[in-house]
Amino acid sequence: MARWGMVIDLDRCNGCQACEVACRSENNLAVGGPQAASENRTISWMRVQTELQGEWPDVRARFVPQPCMHCDRPPCTLVCPVEATSIDPEGIVNQIYARCIGCRYCANACPYTVKYFNWRRPSYPESVLPGLNPDVSLRPVGVVEKCTFCNHRLQTARDAARAEKRPLREGEYVPACAESCPTGAIVFGDLDDPGQRVARLSRDPRAFRLEEGLGTQPKVYYLAEQD
Amino acid sequence: MTDLEVVSRLPQDERMLLMPLVRTTPTFWRWAALMAATTLWGAFAYAEQLRRGLGVTGLNTPEYWGIYIICFVFFIGISHAGTLISAILRVAKAEWRRSITRSAEFITVLVIGFGAVQPILDLGRPDRVLNVVLHAQPFSPLLWDVLSIGLYFTASSIYLYVPMIPDLARIRDLGLRPRWLYWFMAIGYRDTPEARAALERIIAVLAVAVIPIAVSVHTVIGWIFALTLRPMWHSAIFGPYFVVGAIFSGIAALIIAMAILRRVYRLEAYLKDVHFNHMGLLLLVMAVLWFYFTFAENLTVWYGGEKAELATLYSKLTGDFAFPFWLMVACCFVVPFALMARRATRNVSGTTAASVAVVVGMWLERFNIVVPTSLHPHVEITAAHYLPSWVELSIMAGTLSGFVLVYMVATKFFPIVSIWEIQEGREKSVEEVKERVAAYLPDHVPAVQT
Repeated sequence: MARWGMVIDLDRCNGCQACEVACRSENNLAVGGPQAASENRTISWMRVQTELQGEWPDVRARFVPQPCMHCDRPPCTLVCPVEATSIDPEGIVNQIYARCIGCRYCANACPYTVKYFNWRRPSYPESVLPGLNPDVSLRPVGVVEKCTFCNHRLQTARDAARAEKRPLREGEYVPACAESCPTGAIVFGDLDDPGQRVARLSRDPRAFRLEEGLGTQPKVYYLAEQD
Repeated sequence: MTDLEVVSRLPQDERMLLMPLVRTTPTFWRWAALMAATTLWGAFAYAEQLRRGLGVTGLNTPEYWGIYIICFVFFIGISHAGTLISAILRVAKAEWRRSITRSAEFITVLVIGFGAVQPILDLGRPDRVLNVVLHAQPFSPLLWDVLSIGLYFTASSIYLYVPMIPDLARIRDLGLRPRWLYWFMAIGYRDTPEARAALERIIAVLAVAVIPIAVSVHTVIGWIFALTLRPMWHSAIFGPYFVVGAIFSGIAALIIAMAILRRVYRLEAYLKDVHFNHMGLLLLVMAVLWFYFTFAENLTVWYGGEKAELATLYSKLTGDFAFPFWLMVACCFVVPFALMARRATRNVSGTTAASVAVVVGMWLERFNIVVPTSLHPHVEITAAHYLPSWVELSIMAGTLSGFVLVYMVATKFFPIVSIWEIQEGREKSVEEVKERVAAYLPDHVPAVQT
């Protein structure tokens, strides 16, 4: 069975945020606008975080795209009182919007702050409505949502492979962020298949994960910058 | 004969303690109206939140929890006033408890509902609250919480009710209105020596049983925070720390209630200076314990020096939350310690002033636990902030006034000082205590012939 994961090369990321935009449109993220931004309520399943290091004039910026880490030991699933969030056999951490009671315990338990709450009823400008993705359900007000590694794409890809009676090939299931990255910084695939690029890169000496000391075992790896 | 005339002709204990049931002053109605209006205002604010979603609060990412969760911990903490304190005093055979226990137990039963409703007010989807039962996930500390609070509410309601039965039977026999209520609640009790002995056996068992239940409630609330990996929440001390804080704020709330009851119902003869002195000593012990726990907790974080933990700690010691943090230290330790360490200020007004400080301080403690940690996640977020909205503050005010209102109404239907326990104290305990003290003294040893 596959264990889906991601490697993000920080040397290649130039902070263009194409991944954020692609995710937004692929997953029907609500458009909160300037009001949501000023209230810290913007929902962005993929978030390119800018980290500044050092003092002027010796300043370095680095961009760290942060989707859900899809931890192998997710702290969020354990605390949910209604099992609305759980990890599936292929390692994807899911959220059941129809069951979530909106207590936000999972959002608090997540050390990466990548679970988002619908403080208001999700709204979309008129121009966005025709482009909503029919494969992804819209979220109601008052529930938590998060990056799903675009697992609706996995279903599509798997159905196609089944129809042709062959196994799923590398590159057939890729989330929108990885697909859209112009510099190819985001690599996606099966971490347990040693033949895949993502598996090789995750064992690279530059590879690290966020807050590794917490023991959450994220499946999103980063490749550190080289000087 | 009216109820008032009936009560006016009774001997002192019954006359004094049943008077609030039959005579209501205009001041009572004025306060009740004010409390009802504030409660309705809170209900209106909640209706607004239901209509427009949690967007009407000041909550955001990463400040997922705010006033509601602070009030949840705070009000459930206050609920430790009654059952736990009353049970401990009963088990310890503290004779001065007799005029205090009933008012304490009423606080528990009445405040616990207002506390337990807070997480529901906080839900994004209160319409789905039954999912907690339908899709229960046994590893969630929130589920443990539902269970322990449910058990605590049941146990403390029984523990309030059972010791009230002889008084209810007496009121039934006097024929006070509403007759059906007292007839129903007295469940046919006749005050015979056998019935009394059976009742006291049940009370003794209940008093022991409610202590571990009460301890479990605030321990589990502490675990809601401690079982996450968040800086300054993930701490093994939180279970006991929360229990200590709960008892501390509970004692303070009880002292305030006693001071008000004594004044408005002219119960100076029943809630005496000595009661406030003894409660003040309990408050002093808890203030010192609170300081010890707080110091141990913060020292451990500071010495460990872990980056995210330190960011949270310094936001309290010197940063954005320095004001609520040091005000908390003043209210929870400096003020009560200074007032309660001296016998001269351990009087009614001194203990009441210290208790008001402690109640405010313990609310601030919960604020200082919930908010600074929320705003300092492991992976840093830019420009995190939290300012409670009018909806949150109105609901908080409505919760507090709702509790005061039901407590006021309860004193109009039930004697807030246990009549039969006072009488039992006069008739039996003086003799019993004499015998008990005599039993502590050395036995007579006959001289040995040499």
